[in-house]
Amino acid sequence: MTRFLIRRVILGLITLWVIVTLVFVLYYAGPHDPARQLAGRAATPALLAQINREYGFNLPIIVQYWDYLKRLVPIPGQFNLGISNNNRLPVTTIIAQAVPIDISLAVGAAVLWMLLGISVGVLAARRPRSLWDRGATVFVLTGISMPTFILGLLLLYVFYYLLTIHGIAIFPKPGSWTPFTQNPLEWAHDLLLPWITLALITAATYSRLTRSSLLEILGEDYIRTARAKGLSERRVVYRHALRSSLTPIVTQFGIDFATALGGVIITESIFGLPGLGLTVVQAIEVQNLPVVIGIVLVASFFVVAANIVVDALYAVLDPRVRIS
Amino acid sequence: MSLSTVEVSTAAAPTEDAAAKGIQGRTPLQLVVARLRTDRVAIASIVMILLIVLLAICAPLIAHVTGHSPTEANVDTGTDANGQPLPPGSAGYLLGTDNLGRDILVRIAYGAQISLLVGVLATAIATVIGVVVGLFAGYYGGWLDSILARIMDVVLSFPYVLFAIVLVSVFGASLPLTILVIAFFSFAAIGRIVRGQALSQREKEYVEAAHSLGAGDIRIMFVDILPNLVAPVIVLATLLIPAAIIFEATLSFLGLGVEPPTPSWGNMLSDAEGVGFQAWWFYIFPMLFLLATTLSFNLLGDAVRDALDPRTERIFAARRKRKPV
Repeated sequence: MTRFLIRRVILGLITLWVIVTLVFVLYYAGPHDPARQLAGRAATPALLAQINREYGFNLPIIVQYWDYLKRLVPIPGQFNLGISNNNRLPVTTIIAQAVPIDISLAVGAAVLWMLLGISVGVLAARRPRSLWDRGATVFVLTGISMPTFILGLLLLYVFYYLLTIHGIAIFPKPGSWTPFTQNPLEWAHDLLLPWITLALITAATYSRLTRSSLLEILGEDYIRTARAKGLSERRVVYRHALRSSLTPIVTQFGIDFATALGGVIITESIFGLPGLGLTVVQAIEVQNLPVVIGIVLVASFFVVAANIVVDALYAVLDPRVRIS
Repeated sequence: MSLSTVEVSTAAAPTEDAAAKGIQGRTPLQLVVARLRTDRVAIASIVMILLIVLLAICAPLIAHVTGHSPTEANVDTGTDANGQPLPPGSAGYLLGTDNLGRDILVRIAYGAQISLLVGVLATAIATVIGVVVGLFAGYYGGWLDSILARIMDVVLSFPYVLFAIVLVSVFGASLPLTILVIAFFSFAAIGRIVRGQALSQREKEYVEAAHSLGAGDIRIMFVDILPNLVAPVIVLATLLIPAAIIFEATLSFLGLGVEPPTPSWGNMLSDAEGVGFQAWWFYIFPMLFLLATTLSFNLLGDAVRDALDPRTERIFAARRKRKPV
């Protein structure tokens, strides 16, 4: 188990390193001039030369690459994601401001999509080929076929625009955001539509996973044994079957949750929430590359870390993995 | 993947008729087609897809007949006396006009070209790369497999929407780049399944037989093993098409895919959002066409999977191509 975890951590570090290197190549070797971007429109050759000297843009690419890697070593004082080209704020500060929004979005949406996805899946698996199952299939396929921005726009149109112009202003206008610590009720109210958007889109995958996994498990011998012991169907499904069919769901959940933490670009853009996703899109529009790279790295870190946690949880949830 | 090459005809009772015909051998393709033909959902989705293909092919024709360009504003007829866009059903404008007085029907028809082109081309590239990488990794094993499998793991664990956006922002938005980016982030999904299947196929007797007959590695991989993997590859490819279409629409919606004024369903919706909720028909038509397309392909993918082999479900249950959120 320990050896397995060490291997996974090393693999995760390699993945991060590959991402860092790719981003670096894009940033420094891509067809654009970082000095000119820092200098702004009316750059004189002297200013460009000075910026090149200060930031080391004229050094050999290998040296720049090494310095870039050294800045990423997680030691306080040394760790540094650079400075925004836009407002000269450290990128770490910008990220720290945006992350609470992503945490709020991810936690709320995750609760909803797990509840919805798993219950629809269980419903479908308990009565395969019934009307419930058909309904679940429609739900799943619609969810998978539905682009996030379309669902977001639809919800916004119906629940914000139509209701508001008819004098029923239940939902806040896009761009509303209240920190949880300030007012938890207001916080949930502002995030309700984004949560629903994210949850409906994501729940489809979970229904499908739960259904196929549960159906497979319900056919196993130990379920027949449990039924033969005279346990109630409810107990058999929820205590015995659902528990072991959770394994693939946990895997998927880890990745989805981490991806959401790293910024949900579309949902944030539509609802005007200044999390990592909207911040990165805005940074891209003005070619503010230090911010873009910082956020890509943080988002990748979440995903890589989630992969490792998921693998560890796998062993805890599934006794068969633990023994082997 | 045990699609037997010959299957006994499934005629129910041995009537005189059947006896006269004798027992027919049916190829796997015939079997699949026969199963699909009885599947009403599959027929409906194929019809829907054909209609959208027809719309895309006829786009220049529609533009010619109506006399409306997909990109130019119709200054005289495209807006009403107050300069407002025309609602659907207005004279000459079946689906109405947008805020610049452009014909929404013509723009949707041209948008269909983009969506289908991106969906099919990106999937084709991803499938070719995925099959080659997966076969090499699974067949040779060893260090080559370790490297290729790791690469696929890395690609699959990438925050790929973000990375696609970064790529597009550095190199500038263009259709070929959009297609390549989608293909790059999709190939691993196919590669992983092909690898897994190739791993088990290479232990089979027929591979040993091919070896003893003096067949080379390349021949064994592509002539002997590959036909046995066709079923899961076809199913996954069918399911990648709608994912690619969604990806393109999303990139275009964010202003990072197809550049205006060239119409794509994504940037039409982005334009519509840009002017607020001014008119419902700016939204509803691109949305409907986009949804109809992705839903049809997903339904077809599911139907093809059931028709090819009901048991393949398990392979796909574990991981499905994710889409941008």
